Amino acid sequence: MTDIQDLAQPVAPPVGDPLLRVTDLERHFPIHQGLLRRRSGAVRAVDGISFSVRAGETLGVVGESGCGKSTMGRLVTRLDEPTGGKVEFEGRDITHLSTGAMRPLRKDIQIIFQDPYSSLNPRHTVGTIVGAPFRLQKVATEGGVKKAVQELLELCGLSPEHYNRYPHEFSGGQRQRIGIARALALRPKMIVADEPVSALDVSIQAQVVNLLDDLQRELGLTYLIIAHDLSVVRHVSDRVAVMYLGKIVEIADRDALYGRPAHPYTVALMSAVPSPDPRRKERRERILLTGDVPSPINPPSGCRFRTRCWKAQDLCASQEPPLAELAPGHLTACHFPENVPQVPEAREAPEA
Amino acid sequence: MTIEAPARPGSAFLAVRDLRIHFDTDDGLVKSVDGVSFDLERGRTLGIVGESGSGKSVTSLGIMGLHRSKRARIGGEIWLDGEELVAADPDRVRRLRGHSMAMIFQDPLTAMHPYYTVGAQIIEAYRVHHPQASKKEARKRAIEMLDRVGIPQPDRRVDDYPHQFSGGMRQRAMIAMALVNDPSLLIADEPTTALDVTVQAQILDLIRDLQKEFGSAVIIITHDLGVVAELADDILVMYGGRCVERGPAATLFDAPEHPYTWGLLGSMPRLDRPLQERLIPVRGTPPSLINVPSGCAFHPRCPYAELTGGRSSTERPALAETDPGHFAACHLSTAERHRIFTDEIAPKL
Repeated sequence: MTDIQDLAQPVAPPVGDPLLRVTDLERHFPIHQGLLRRRSGAVRAVDGISFSVRAGETLGVVGESGCGKSTMGRLVTRLDEPTGGKVEFEGRDITHLSTGAMRPLRKDIQIIFQDPYSSLNPRHTVGTIVGAPFRLQKVATEGGVKKAVQELLELCGLSPEHYNRYPHEFSGGQRQRIGIARALALRPKMIVADEPVSALDVSIQAQVVNLLDDLQRELGLTYLIIAHDLSVVRHVSDRVAVMYLGKIVEIADRDALYGRPAHPYTVALMSAVPSPDPRRKERRERILLTGDVPSPINPPSGCRFRTRCWKAQDLCASQEPPLAELAPGHLTACHFPENVPQVPEAREAPEA
Repeated sequence: MTIEAPARPGSAFLAVRDLRIHFDTDDGLVKSVDGVSFDLERGRTLGIVGESGSGKSVTSLGIMGLHRSKRARIGGEIWLDGEELVAADPDRVRRLRGHSMAMIFQDPLTAMHPYYTVGAQIIEAYRVHHPQASKKEARKRAIEMLDRVGIPQPDRRVDDYPHQFSGGMRQRAMIAMALVNDPSLLIADEPTTALDVTVQAQILDLIRDLQKEFGSAVIIITHDLGVVAELADDILVMYGGRCVERGPAATLFDAPEHPYTWGLLGSMPRLDRPLQERLIPVRGTPPSLINVPSGCAFHPRCPYAELTGGRSSTERPALAETDPGHFAACHLSTAERHRIFTDEIAPKL
């Protein structure tokens, strides 16, 4: 493990060893139809994705609903079992570990859920909720579980007096802090956060984003943050992966991805984000994608984005573009990428 | 009108004056909307922004006359095209609803009936207000509207059920339903919150185009400052059931006057600006509407409350005009606010 103290500079993340490595990960949910419940097809929720997360960095995963980003989160935390591919955590293959064999590893991988209402048991006090990991993992704490929980609550910006309260007494933002405190209890190495702020109000979102930031700095955490909000992901991530229909279409360092997006889908996604600047709406050229995301049961042949892409040609339908390295660390799966680094100014007009 | 009408304020197409909507609950009186006023002309778009529980949706339900549960107490005036609605006969409001004013809801899956085809629901909306129209005419009209909102093969899709539509298409169908009677006032309550960004962009474009075409007045309610900036001509910021700032969109984003608006702008990460080192959140949490803080509802969270010398916790600030058409409800003097904004807020936005 690298020294976690000097990870405080978010600008230049040190190249740690990959903590999590995912290779050709697949999750197909079978569809059974007819009287005999024969298997007639599959929802290809995650369909062959590879990436790694280095110790101490934050990888953001963005995509629209149905792109498989949450399923991916459940697979790497082994809440669900992949149907193909490999998940390695600290060099150890955890793809098909049994529940029992996974249990010791749960100390190291924790999850923060999206909905702070349904992810906390309403019948348990905050003390029970945040203390549960200690009891389940039989971890001894100095000065008892109560003291440890109270320290965690303080760390997450709650008051130690909240120990005996119930979740309903808290606001959404505070509940999310309780969920974060629970995830931190066993000092995990990696935290997978699935839409950690999307259920919160804007002013509260910023509080939680800053909290996640501080905790990473203090505790040297590695984050895998799954979100649909491109601006939140830009704020929290060191590297960003863009998913579309079960595939990663682009993965790059944050500044490269947002500054020079290569995949047309990434370009369109960014141009679709409404900007809180009324003057900007006149001068910018927005790329409007037509239609909706196709069904993952029957994804388009070749490049999956071709049905909505303004650059699509015959090649895109016949041949699937590989995830190729366009610039060091900048991978994209497109036959006709935008913003190719050799000719930075020769960008084509986005409208066909 | 049967009731003695109070004098109509001004000549605006929609004029809301001192609207108050309170609900009696077991826990106490919930003051969801507590004195909101604004004007809206045909062809213009008003954006109402606020966090959850700020009263923005209740305001819109009040205008639509959908609040009349036994527990709601409504006060103030709502003038639609010269007609007062708060004191009006519920039957009259029902006739206006869907005809002169229509609403688009956040979640099209729950707002549409799963048991009837999309077409049947649009046809019903049309025939309720056009009893003389034949089924055939109404169906033709429904197909026309579906076509107008960009549903492919509308003559076939008209017989589909809502579950056969995707999220974006359902929202389009709901817009078609809302517009089938050519309403002069359209209220869209979080119309794109349930949608993905690429689909959201399509729907925002559609609403903008349709407004140009139909010339209706539009109220768009959202928590997303980006969405209002895209659509609205004027913006009203709500906090704790009250309007804290109101003004033309361009000035409101360039020179916001209220500390809460600063807080909202500071706490959102933005793609169109260089990356901030850190977001500036608003401290604390939104108030409970049963126990709205005394004085200025925002004072417990306001970083500048002490500069008012205690007034902010005792005295409710009035909405005062700072620039032509731009109002803010804050005890700080305009000069002081301008100083704080230029020195402390603007550099960080």
